[in-house]
Parts: sequence; C-alpha cells; structure tokens
Amino acid sequence: MKIIVCIKQVPARDSQLRVAPSGAWIQEADLSYEINEPDAYALEEGLQLKEKHGGEVVALCAGPARAAQTIREALAKGADRAIHIEEEDLGSFDPLGAARLLAAAIAPEKPDLLLTGLQSDDLGYGQTGVILAELLGLPHATIIMQVEKQDGAIRVKRELEDGWFQHVEMPLPALLTIQSGINKLRYATLMGIKKAKSKEIRRVTVAELGGSPGAACILLSRVYAPGRSKQTQLFEGPPKEVAAKLVEKLKFEARVI
Amino acid sequence: MSILVVMEQRTVSGQMGWNRMSWETLAAGQQLAREMQAPVSAAVLGQPIEALAAELTTKKLDHVYAVGHELLKDYTPDTYSAAVRQLVEKTGARIVIFPHTYQVRDFMPKLATSLGRVAVSDVVAHRLEDGKLVLVRQLFQGKLNVDVRFAGDPPYFASLQAGAYRADQLEAGAAPVEQFVPQLSPSRTKPLAWFREAARAVDLTTAEIIVSVGRGIKEADNIPIVQKLADALGAELAASRPICDSGWLPMERQVGSSGQTVAPKMYLAVGISGAIQHLVGMKGSKTIVAINKDSNAPIFEVADYGIVGDLFQVVPALVDEIQKAKG
Repeated sequence: MKIIVCIKQVPARDSQLRVAPSGAWIQEADLSYEINEPDAYALEEGLQLKEKHGGEVVALCAGPARAAQTIREALAKGADRAIHIEEEDLGSFDPLGAARLLAAAIAPEKPDLLLTGLQSDDLGYGQTGVILAELLGLPHATIIMQVEKQDGAIRVKRELEDGWFQHVEMPLPALLTIQSGINKLRYATLMGIKKAKSKEIRRVTVAELGGSPGAACILLSRVYAPGRSKQTQLFEGPPKEVAAKLVEKLKFEARVI
Repeated sequence: MSILVVMEQRTVSGQMGWNRMSWETLAAGQQLAREMQAPVSAAVLGQPIEALAAELTTKKLDHVYAVGHELLKDYTPDTYSAAVRQLVEKTGARIVIFPHTYQVRDFMPKLATSLGRVAVSDVVAHRLEDGKLVLVRQLFQGKLNVDVRFAGDPPYFASLQAGAYRADQLEAGAAPVEQFVPQLSPSRTKPLAWFREAARAVDLTTAEIIVSVGRGIKEADNIPIVQKLADALGAELAASRPICDSGWLPMERQVGSSGQTVAPKMYLAVGISGAIQHLVGMKGSKTIVAINKDSNAPIFEVADYGIVGDLFQVVPALVDEIQKAKG
C-alpha cells in the first residue's frame, strides 16, 4: 500500500506568540517549530499500516526552507522518502490554493491512501484534508480513530461528538483525516536518524507544480489578541500567598468551598 | 444577500432530533438577516424529514426547505454535499451558514471546494464594515483572533462555533415549507451504525466540583498531585484530551467536544491552556478557576479566578490552604 502523509510545520506548542507590527500575522523570528501534532499521529498511522501491510510511506510537506527539519524527523521515524513543496510565502495561499499545490504534487504519485491530521495548530481551518479529497476525486472520512485495511477497501472508526463513534467503509484510494490519540507516537531511533540522511527529499517549487496564489477566496485582514469574556481576578506571587488568596475568594466570594 | 441556515438533525437508534447547536446558528442567521436587511431561510436534510421541517415553520424565516431523499437517510459527505449544493443553486442563497459540528467539518469544505470557494470554519463572531461581512475566528488554539473577509463572488460559506451565538435569541414567526428533492447518486462511503464504547462509569455532569488536568502536568506519575487537590475539594477528577490520549486518565474522564460537557459549581483547570475543543465542554461552569504558567493562556479568558504560576508549587500550597479553610 502506497501511503502519502501530509505534514505541516507549526510554531512549537508553548511558543509565546506576538502579533507582527503589520498586524497581518505573528512575528516569526525567534520562534521554534515542530510538526503539527495531529499530523504526527497521521504519520504514525501511516507507518503502522505499512509495517502491517507492506508498501511505502511518503511524507509531503508544503512550507519554507525551515520545514526541512520537520521533514527529516519524519524520515527518521520511518517515512521512506519525502516531497517538500518549498515556498517561503505560503501565507498568500488560501486553504484552496494550498490544497491545489498539495494535490498537484500528489496526483502523479497515485497513492492508495492519503492521510492528514484533522487540523493544524496554527490556522486551524480543519479543511485541507477534505479539500484535497474533493480536488483529487477521492472518498474521505474525517476525525478517524482507527483504520483497518480490507481487500481493496478500508474500514475506519470515525469520532463523533459526545462520546459517539461510527464505522465507515470505503474503497481505496481514499483520504482520511486523523485524530490525535489514534495511536502511540514513536520516537526516532539513532539508527532511524542515521538512515534518514540517505533518504530522498524531492524539492519542488510552486512554479513547477503549475501553481500560483491566484485570487484568494478569503483574506485574513488583522490578527490580534482576543479580549477577555470575563473579568478575571489574576493572582501572581509566592505559591503560599496566592493559594491563600484564592481560597479566601472561593470561600467568601464565590462560596464554593 | 439572501441567507441560508443549514440545520443539523441527528438520528440515534431511530430517534430523530436536532443537533442543538443548530438553534444557535439559526439565531445567528436571523441576526445577520436583520443587520443586512436580507431574507433568511433554513434547510434540514434527511428522510423522512417532514416532522423536523415542521418544527422550523414556527420561526421567523422566509422559507423552510425540507430536503428529502432516500440517500439522505444516513449522513455521507457525498450525498450531503451534493444536496446542499443543489439547494444553494436553486435558491440562489448568497451566505450559507452551518453549526461547526463534526458532521459539518466532514462535508462543508467539500461542498465549498466543489463550487471553487473556501469556507470560513469555526467562526466566533461577526460584524459588518461598509456593508461587508467580517468574520472573526481563532488562531493558534485560541491564543489569537483573526478577522476574515470573503473575496470574490458569493456564495459564501461559514460554520459557527458552539456557544458563539445564543439560541434564546430566536425569533418566532410563521414560515412556509417547501419540499426539495435533490438528484443524488449513491455515496462512495458506506456509513454504519453509531455506537458508544462501554457504558460510561463516570458521569462528570453530576459533579458539583471538578478538578481538571491538562498537558501542564507533564507526566503520568504527576497525576496524584492533582488527585490530592480533587480529594481536598471533594471533587471529581477530569482531564483535557491529550491526557486521555496518552492514557494517563481514562477517556471517560475527558471534558471537551469529544468528551463530556459539564457545568459544575466550580471547575478548576490545572495546567490546561484552554484550546477551544476543551472550552466548549466547560465554559458553562458557574465558577471557573485556572492555574497556568502562561498568563496568555486562553483558559484565563473564561476564568473568574486565575493563578499564574508553576502548578507543581501552587497545587500543593492550595491543598494546604483548602484543608485549613475546611478546618
């Protein structure tokens, strides 16, 4: 089974984010980056399916030059090769424009299964996988917690709200968006890291894929810190002091103790 | 700029009903219609669908569309996407809004793509600027907001976050029902019955006090630190999704969109940053307390009381003070 896993590099989870002076995006200098967490689970699922059924796992990433680090980590964990759509200004592509780039890179590969994380931790549209499926004419299912391969088909467990689940069956090729927690993530081994150095990373440009940002359907006009919906009483200081203050409030003001 | 609200029905074990978020979206649709002086209609899909469509006729709406077809009986992205697209084409709706449910996440992007459009997902607010719609959504798991505008021609598609609009603002009225039968081919995906994993042993919804733990706890071996706090308060212990994903606490203790929705007298969030998937499960709590090392964590936006600090120092101190206060 040939599996392509789409991965994205995003600012590390505990980053202190500051809005850029232009107000159009965040200040990117000094940030550290990591693989988008749901994509890490998608990659792991791809690797486990390959280990069970044989085949190949290709990591596909659109991003600037710095994304090479995240791609190398995917190779070290066990992806066989990678495709890097190298573009410094992906921000000028809306989700449809970005998905068109991915689709153009995927189409000639003819994968049996396409995996993405269910959403990104930065923009969080939660749409790229489904858009890709539509562009490539593939059946899809989202927020997947289990994948079973059948003869020419798959059976997946789809998460629904409020503790409900549903099994869905579909023919291959197909696209799945993977939910965090579907599996247990592996760490790259020393051997894996060493092997990764000789694995192929094919770099392609937007022009080579016949893409361009084109006329975006949606425009992000201003990024800003959200206002508080409540008046929060915030305490800071020595632990014993703030704990005492909080307990007093909870006892005499909120009356919950 | 006619507005169409696509309501979501859910059929569980043969029982038909509504996804409650739909009513919030309907109220938002009515609000938009007032602001833009535009007509608003609502649609519901399924088979049979007449009974649910009839419920919508008591609302202030231009039209109610009962979209019925044998292939809409069980949800699939292929059939729902095609049916809504045909309805949009037939009605000429310019703005189409949905509740941001798991089902909508599954088919709205497909629908928008099939029309060469991009949907704006998970909207938390809106305003009009020079008559143009500006939508607000969250970035970086709620750490920042962004204003989004549509460019190009309508139809425009958007989904609205749970709790962003109030269902109690719904206006009553009398609306005519129109049947709409789309042209559908069978779905490529085959949906099977809904199920729940083994019955829930823990019902967090009845707890008066909940102490909930998130990523900040760092490792499974540290869970007893918050368990002690829960014990001191006589509280149930709960967690955000990553803790349950890691197996540090059972899934049945998860609060959030994929877990339980709770509204206790006090919700004490320890080391939880407050991603929206968590907030929707607890923001109705009467008193919310947050302990987090990052003063910019979104959890503080919904908290009544907050301590900015290292939970490994703060929580034990808090246990001492609670025990003193309780005598």
